[in-house]
Amino acid sequence: MDNDIGLWAIPIAILGGAIRVSTPFLFVSLGEVLTERSGRINLGLEGTLVFGAMSGYAVACLTGSAWAGVAVAALAGAVFGLVHGLICSLPKVNDIAIGIAMMLLGMGLAFYFGKPFIQPVAPDLPSIPFGGWSGLPQLEAALNVNVLFLIGAALSVFFWWMLRSTRIGLILRVVGDSTDAARAMGLRPAIIRTLATGAGGAMAGVGGAYLSLYYPGSWNEGISSGQGLMAVALVIFARWNPIACFFAALLFGGAGALGPALQSVGVSSGYYLFYAAPYVLTLGVMIAISSPSRAMTGAPGELSLTK
Amino acid sequence: MSTSSLSRRHFLMGTALAGSAAFLGLPRMARAEALDKLTVGFIYVGPKDDYGYNQAHAEGAAALKSIPGVTVVEEENVPETIDVQKTMESMINFDGATLLFPTSFGYFDPHILEMAAKYPDVRFEHAGGMWQADKHPTNVGSYFGYIGMGQYLNGVVAGHMTKTKKIGFVAAKPIPQVLLNVNSFLLGARSVDPTITCQVIFTGEWSLAVKEAEATNALCDAGCDVITCHVDSPKVVIETAAGRGAYVCGYHANQSSLAPDKYLTGAEWNWSKVYTDMITATMAGEPIPNFVRGGLAEGFIKMSPLGPAVTPEAKADFEAKQAEILKGGFAVIKGPLKDNKGNVIAAEGEAFVETDVKLESMDYLVEGVLGSTS
Repeated sequence: MDNDIGLWAIPIAILGGAIRVSTPFLFVSLGEVLTERSGRINLGLEGTLVFGAMSGYAVACLTGSAWAGVAVAALAGAVFGLVHGLICSLPKVNDIAIGIAMMLLGMGLAFYFGKPFIQPVAPDLPSIPFGGWSGLPQLEAALNVNVLFLIGAALSVFFWWMLRSTRIGLILRVVGDSTDAARAMGLRPAIIRTLATGAGGAMAGVGGAYLSLYYPGSWNEGISSGQGLMAVALVIFARWNPIACFFAALLFGGAGALGPALQSVGVSSGYYLFYAAPYVLTLGVMIAISSPSRAMTGAPGELSLTK
Repeated sequence: MSTSSLSRRHFLMGTALAGSAAFLGLPRMARAEALDKLTVGFIYVGPKDDYGYNQAHAEGAAALKSIPGVTVVEEENVPETIDVQKTMESMINFDGATLLFPTSFGYFDPHILEMAAKYPDVRFEHAGGMWQADKHPTNVGSYFGYIGMGQYLNGVVAGHMTKTKKIGFVAAKPIPQVLLNVNSFLLGARSVDPTITCQVIFTGEWSLAVKEAEATNALCDAGCDVITCHVDSPKVVIETAAGRGAYVCGYHANQSSLAPDKYLTGAEWNWSKVYTDMITATMAGEPIPNFVRGGLAEGFIKMSPLGPAVTPEAKADFEAKQAEILKGGFAVIKGPLKDNKGNVIAAEGEAFVETDVKLESMDYLVEGVLGSTS
């Protein structure tokens, strides 16, 4: 194997990292876009993600089918979302506080039920090799694309279209922008928000299943390292636009791959600094695109963040 | 910390002491005579079935449960913060533990040291700690094994099996124990072929699944075809590397079931022997030395059985070098040797044998390791 590709290793690693690492960000942020477009914010998605990772892995272990695991993770995520949505439908309940409570609950339950599944090995989700033409093992590995990533990419376009041009999208946007207008149209905001939060939770659950069933591909209590929380921030960064979420997720994934890739080509000092790259990047982009006049462009009017 | 919690804690301690005095009718003389009952506390930084560091200790603790009179209490996922002090206090006050094994590296300073000053009758045994007679309390002890020797043997097998002449190491933090493992892994491989290099990638944390997977992929991209690691749970590294077609060497515990075809061998802890010896001594009323170390010969560490891919030449060399180490006095770090910045580590004829305490303050990567400590 004589494949010393020198500095080309960095862009290839960033590309590979973007594809491998971004999927959980993508699913959680797409789910949160639906939720926030309906006027709710669900900070509990980190807990949903971890519980999805655990339940998906556990079911995949027990049934031998990774897709059964994904289905159960989505179901569990939907339950978490619905519970959040229902509690927030009660009067005078703060959705941010409930979100934090749900996050702790999700993680606690996942750790409790996940104990017996740290050891067993579950089947992995399939991936499609797109790099066979290159003859370069590094590129082949980077272009080994998981099916969930492709589904996520398709969903981001679909959600964008749905929010823009369908009746469901219109209903979501009306509920999110003005409770009064929605009521005047005869809609019931509480129910729609609860359903939107449930859908968002299901997406986050699938994101968790990707973590435990594909990359890194095992269940343990440290599996998440905060992807669920970062994805919620990513939604604001992407201005509540599903397609922007896709690129933001890629950016975060690629930036995360930078640290290991630089060390592997010999840029080894200061690796703690490179590991901070995704966060520095976020700050930089936020500053670059910020403007006092359109700071909250695209923000749903009923969001507790903006009110 | 509020005064109310302090007074409550002191109250509890007071009642515990009064209680034991009332029942026994005499002050505690634990260390002077044999015991018929002993409660031992084990504290782990992660889950105790992580295929790694914590599992190795928990297997050791499990071996104690068969000793009559010994009660083992355990708590897992205890962070290296004030939390571990709370866990230690509750084990002492509520469970009556008189011998504690807080196993994670970061528990030592300041947490164990503070608790040791507060509870002079309790014995604290720390894995990997830097106990020094002139600086630290006498009810604190430190134990560790020369697992670098295991990584050296991993390196010997890796040196035979690598085709690209490049091997990889996923490391957590640049502390002496980790650096010694990285250096030993390379020097083991170089004992086979002096042109081999070892790429190291530090993840910065003991357990970060996604970053470990990324680091492993980066090593594979860089052409490393035998990979090992020093992180708390090697499961992710082993599975990712084997998935990319690289051979793997294990660490902490036996991970061969995760990659049966690609697993070459592994450096494992053998804490059940160490803990059984310590507890047997305590039960017999003998003191545990404050500074306990041992290697392959003493049974502190062991090697995983060689995997099916290992060639006969590699096997023969592995067995010869293992026999050499078992004789004792083996030196991995020996002259002439430079670090990877060109400074002389050991002159011609100079050698640091495995028992040399200087190795426990290692702060360099040897020549041939691609990477840096900061």
